[in-house]
Amino acid sequence: MIDKLALYFEYPFVKYALLVGVLIALCSSLLGVTLVLKRFSFIGDGLSHVAFGAMAVAAVLNITNQMLIVLPITVVAAVLLLRGSQNAKIKGDASLAMISVGALAIGYLLLNVFSTSTNIAGDVCTTLFGSTSILTLNITDVWLCIGMSVVVLGMFTFFYHKIFAVTFDENFAKATGIKADRYNLMIAIITATVIVLAMKLVGSLLISALIIFPAISAMRVFKSFRLVMIASAVIAVVCALAGMLISILAATPVGATIVAVNIVVFAIFSVISAIVLKL
Amino acid sequence: MSQLKCSDVSLGYEGRTIIKHLNFEVNAGDYLCIVGENGTGKSTLIKTLLGLRQPLEGNIEFGEELKPTEIGYLPQQTMVQRDFPASVWEVVLSGNLNKSGFRPFYSKEEKERAEANMCKLGIEDFKKRCYRDLSGGQQQRVLLARALCATGKMLLLDEPVAGLDPKITVEMYELIQKLNEEGITIIMVSHDMAAACNYADHILHIAHKPLFFGTKEEYLKTETGKAFTELVKMEALGDDEDDR
Repeated sequence: MIDKLALYFEYPFVKYALLVGVLIALCSSLLGVTLVLKRFSFIGDGLSHVAFGAMAVAAVLNITNQMLIVLPITVVAAVLLLRGSQNAKIKGDASLAMISVGALAIGYLLLNVFSTSTNIAGDVCTTLFGSTSILTLNITDVWLCIGMSVVVLGMFTFFYHKIFAVTFDENFAKATGIKADRYNLMIAIITATVIVLAMKLVGSLLISALIIFPAISAMRVFKSFRLVMIASAVIAVVCALAGMLISILAATPVGATIVAVNIVVFAIFSVISAIVLKL
Repeated sequence: MSQLKCSDVSLGYEGRTIIKHLNFEVNAGDYLCIVGENGTGKSTLIKTLLGLRQPLEGNIEFGEELKPTEIGYLPQQTMVQRDFPASVWEVVLSGNLNKSGFRPFYSKEEKERAEANMCKLGIEDFKKRCYRDLSGGQQQRVLLARALCATGKMLLLDEPVAGLDPKITVEMYELIQKLNEEGITIIMVSHDMAAACNYADHILHIAHKPLFFGTKEEYLKTETGKAFTELVKMEALGDDEDDR
């Protein structure tokens, strides 16, 4: 087994995949704590569907660097969704579901009608579930991920207390002069960016798992915001690493394996919390 | 100049006016209670005083070196907070953020202030506890300590006793009164009229238009005030009967 792993580690693309996987899991888990607590868990899901739709558009238009189209569209959707959930005529969850399935349907429709590829089902499956694209990362993708992780970690370090205040009580935060809307906007934009990058890792259907699972697992056991943040990050990194190694050894799909490991960890933490409560 | 002065303020949202021609002022050390039925614009008034919303007309002036961001606000609890994983210490400390600017950490002074306010409200033993594990009354004290970190001058309390049992309610009111006696201006929104008359020294009664603003003694002499005191007496009688 060790030999097999050692063999794989000879290839640079495996190292890239591991690095990118860990960084993406780390970023999504930090964002996840805020999003879950603000009751925006589903935003990851909605945005990833929007990103799927945008990717379909990019594919149909034959644009080589899809990021140029996918990223701006997803960011705009994120801003609109967060804005909308505050004072919308259509309730937040309904508008999110609408955008999410709408983008999914239109994306699939476009791919089917206009695509020149011979293997549409395969393409769609890859975009939805990630499959092998994690192993086709180039050095630009890797640097992009490193850059984004630096931004996300920097944001959570410098604005940690403000992010706490805005998440815990937005009105109080605003009343004490914190520009809560700016922080919401910042979180929306970063969420969108993380999601677009994460699509390569786990595919668009499974991204919300990376956002939600580490956060709720951490919340089962830990009782302060700081510990929940740290635990969530650690859980995410461990799960991503374990998931990727298992998928290399057992030849399982990367994204689904990572999510499965997350589910196991969540189960373990739930049991721990139940035991702690009884004591 | 008073601490807070509303001149001819109209409030509303989405083009709908809820309340017009609101005039009142609050001086340092006052205890103002804003009463009125649900939907008469109490929450909108609070949001406007806090600067979360702009008034449709009129203006709100702050005096005596009170900045709008220096009002200590005690909001009603939201669903998000009830199961929020945060320690009491984290919540209380966050009241200091109006002073920190771009500084990414809390200063020693701010931490001492948080400690002092927790002692003042008798919650220093809960420092490490999780906010969601506390009782309703304890949670209110935590939020009050946070509000005190944000201000030394004025507290704005939105239904501070909503959902509390009678004994804790009385304790809460006495705590607020104690803070008022220490010189902090109190503006309390409530539909608990009995408490308003017991504790406040000024009353603002709103019902789409300002019905009354003045001292408590004057209020009790007006028609609305009288109608209301009758109500309180009847309720008191009812309570007595229940006791028997």
